[in-house]
Amino acid sequence: MIVCIKQVPKAQEIQVDPVTHTLKRVGVPSEINPPDRHALEVALQLKDRHGGEIIALTMGPTVFTQSLDRAMAMGVDRSILLSDRALGGSDTVPTGLALSEAIHKIGKFDIILCGEETTDSSTGHVGPGIAGHLDLPQITYCVDVQIVDGKVRGKRAVEDGFEVWECPMPCLVTVNFGCNRPREPSLSGKIRVKRGGLVTQWSAADVGLAPGKLGLKGSPTVVNRVDTVVLPARGGKIFKGEPSQTVPELVKALRNDKIAGV
Amino acid sequence: MPPPESKGVWVFLEQRRGRLRDVSIQIIGEGRRIADEMKVALSGVMPGWKTDGLAREAVEYGVDKVYLVEDQRLENYLSRPYAKVMVTLIRKHKPEVVLYGASKNGRDLGGRVHAIIETGLAADCVKFEVTKERNLDMIRPAYGGRSLAHIICANHRPQMASARANVFKRAAKTPGREGSIVREKVDFEDRDFDTRLVEFVESKGQQGAKLEDAKVVVAGGYGLRNHANFRMVDELAKLVGGSVAASRKAVDAGWFPKEYQVGQTGKTVRPEVYWAIGISGAVQHLAGMQESGKIIAINSDPNAAIFEMADYGIVGDLFHVVPELVKALKGSRR
Repeated sequence: MIVCIKQVPKAQEIQVDPVTHTLKRVGVPSEINPPDRHALEVALQLKDRHGGEIIALTMGPTVFTQSLDRAMAMGVDRSILLSDRALGGSDTVPTGLALSEAIHKIGKFDIILCGEETTDSSTGHVGPGIAGHLDLPQITYCVDVQIVDGKVRGKRAVEDGFEVWECPMPCLVTVNFGCNRPREPSLSGKIRVKRGGLVTQWSAADVGLAPGKLGLKGSPTVVNRVDTVVLPARGGKIFKGEPSQTVPELVKALRNDKIAGV
Repeated sequence: MPPPESKGVWVFLEQRRGRLRDVSIQIIGEGRRIADEMKVALSGVMPGWKTDGLAREAVEYGVDKVYLVEDQRLENYLSRPYAKVMVTLIRKHKPEVVLYGASKNGRDLGGRVHAIIETGLAADCVKFEVTKERNLDMIRPAYGGRSLAHIICANHRPQMASARANVFKRAAKTPGREGSIVREKVDFEDRDFDTRLVEFVESKGQQGAKLEDAKVVVAGGYGLRNHANFRMVDELAKLVGGSVAASRKAVDAGWFPKEYQVGQTGKTVRPEVYWAIGISGAVQHLAGMQESGKIIAINSDPNAAIFEMADYGIVGDLFHVVPELVKALKGSRR
């Protein structure tokens, strides 16, 4: 199994570079993208049940080893960091391509797992993109993943309910935020990480990527500009005091203004 | 420079259980507007089975030409064969814009297609503008909803985007509107259908109307402290005829199911009345409800951001205010 993870700024710490309109990643507290933690947990549970090896794969600056270390302390067997200056500023097209090439180099696998989307860019495009590049079946937005009779069954959370899809391996699955309880790093896991030597680092050239297809240059989209959202205040009637007073005041105001349902 | 031969605006027409999805009708409306501005035709792609009637309906909503790919195996959405339909037809007809509804399936499909075609795809857009260079300015909330990013795909065609559900108004139907329906053939292989839908379990709404269609929404947040306290929200919702919703923090805490989450990573609602109970009003939440007609907030923190957005509000402990409110509403109706 291969789990693709990304390191993202913690939700409260998101800052945007005013010049490039890209996220500031240096000097900002970061963590494993929350949905990816659930993908890791799905992989670990499948391993508990069926055995096998788990590889965590990430693409980004060397500081992303923090997340790989945490994944390994949770129980991942080994990890790969795809890191290259040429990859900086990649949109979802080169990102999917680069991860696909890294997966290609890893060789044989049964399931690729990704989080449903990242909290910093919220596209959900990279998982399906990898499946497209590698021509694999995909099951996205899963809240449960099982292996039944040699096939993968994913329970997808869709707008109007749940769908169970089944596909052969190898395949790609994306996992929803909140679908399980990601385990904490174990003591033995932490010791393993401390001993080191578990992270393999590859450059773009190592996985056979031409620089022209990468980074800002290889990205079909650019962020042209970013506007800060300023919501107009509505200047409402806000009542303060004891509920025995404020509640009748509110109800009266709502009824005077003929608010639906009151 | 983009390939000059690309022309026309396309929408992916998602049918589900014999109906055109709402989000598809919404992107027909927005696609029509963009096509008119670019002075090109609006086409739709509809993979499915026995979808003639839906194709005609799409024409009445404003599509000039529907590309119909019919196959019994396409009855339900599946990533691989649907992506093959889109990739085949995009390569054949070379549209300059392709819009998807940002449903789970729309994002699943767009993500796969954009990688195969190697073109730009902007996710979850809330606004589109055509620039003077004839690029589509694809505008989407970014960085947790604090800002709006303008995404441009200048050198690749088609420019693709998914459009957030319930942001764009539904297209209006013009009975008898003329358009063409073109049957397309796609050469499938067996492996395109290696994935199957085993079962579908429809979820029943908590109560009241479907969240997106509800006239009144009563949403609970982290201030409720636990799952059991959502009963108060339920009770208030019943009284005011509303549907229950929750903030992300309440959903993340496991107090309420994700499908009722309002906000940046949940649903966008625009009811006539929105009650925010114990919701502080993080921008991510506001992004999903700021277009509500009237907003009523109950929160103990007088400085909570929700009060700036509120038309009415009570500063106070919701555990006292809500029961009092329920009593007042019940009492005066007898």
